[in-house]
Amino acid sequence: MLTKMLTSALIAGAAAGLIAALLQLFFVQPVLLHAELYEGGERTHFAAASGHDHGAGAAEGHDHAAPAEGHDHAAPVEALAAEGHAAPGIGFDAPRDGLSILFSIVVYSGYGLLLVAAFALSEARGHTVSAREGLLWGVAGFVAVQMAPAFGLAPELPGMAAADINARALWWIMTVLLSAGGLWLVAFGRNWTVWALALVMLALPHVVGAPHPADFTGPTPPELAAQFAGRALGVGLAAWAVLGLFATTLWTRARAA
Amino acid sequence: MTTATRAAGTASVSYGNIAIVALIGAILIFTAGLAQSEALHDAAHDVRHATGFPCH
Repeated sequence: MLTKMLTSALIAGAAAGLIAALLQLFFVQPVLLHAELYEGGERTHFAAASGHDHGAGAAEGHDHAAPAEGHDHAAPVEALAAEGHAAPGIGFDAPRDGLSILFSIVVYSGYGLLLVAAFALSEARGHTVSAREGLLWGVAGFVAVQMAPAFGLAPELPGMAAADINARALWWIMTVLLSAGGLWLVAFGRNWTVWALALVMLALPHVVGAPHPADFTGPTPPELAAQFAGRALGVGLAAWAVLGLFATTLWTRARAA
Repeated sequence: MTTATRAAGTASVSYGNIAIVALIGAILIFTAGLAQSEALHDAAHDVRHATGFPCH
């Protein structure tokens, strides 16, 4: 049964991860690359695939608070995008985008394993998962690991001002755990005491509040950041819907075999 | 592996196996999404941003 769980989860995770990666590369990556132009002049985060001279550019490049000079923020987005695509290092980047596809598959395989573990846990407690529940499980997973954290910490563009990484990672993990637990209690709770506890768990991370920097001094245009956040969440929802449908379908078949 | 019996067509999975699968999943997510090693950060950079993980 362990093998059936692993294969169901990994096949569904790989499929969802691949779809997520393709959607990201098409819809999200252009916004991210565009933002990197603002992040600090010529600096890119991806040292391995970059042709830029990091030694010379490091001093200015690491100053995230420096205003992006030479870009007119009031210019139409289309004009800036065209300018961005013409800049050196922008375009399809095989090593960089290949790694993105690989890591997207790893991330969604991890989500798939947690999802199938949740299927099995619900079945150990008397529920029977059906293939038609896939969308519901997928949307719940999306809310737990992407929507709920994004409510406090919106998906960040490179260069955005942010609080300490450890504080944000801790808040992210606590939010995911509390949200997943809260959604579980909403779905499987049977009385108002449990549902009240679920509401507290869902609300708590946002009542406490995510860590934010004292000043918002990033060089990234808010238009790009808003587009990035919306697209990242949209791609996440699509990928999680696929993950939920594939995982329930594969799991119910493997279970019956 | 398990002592529980389920209705026809429903699998029975031990809590141990559930924990193993969940642990592997958590390790994958931590490695790709949250681990702060320089190499992992660079390789997973775009996915971390696009998937909403806190990143640098």
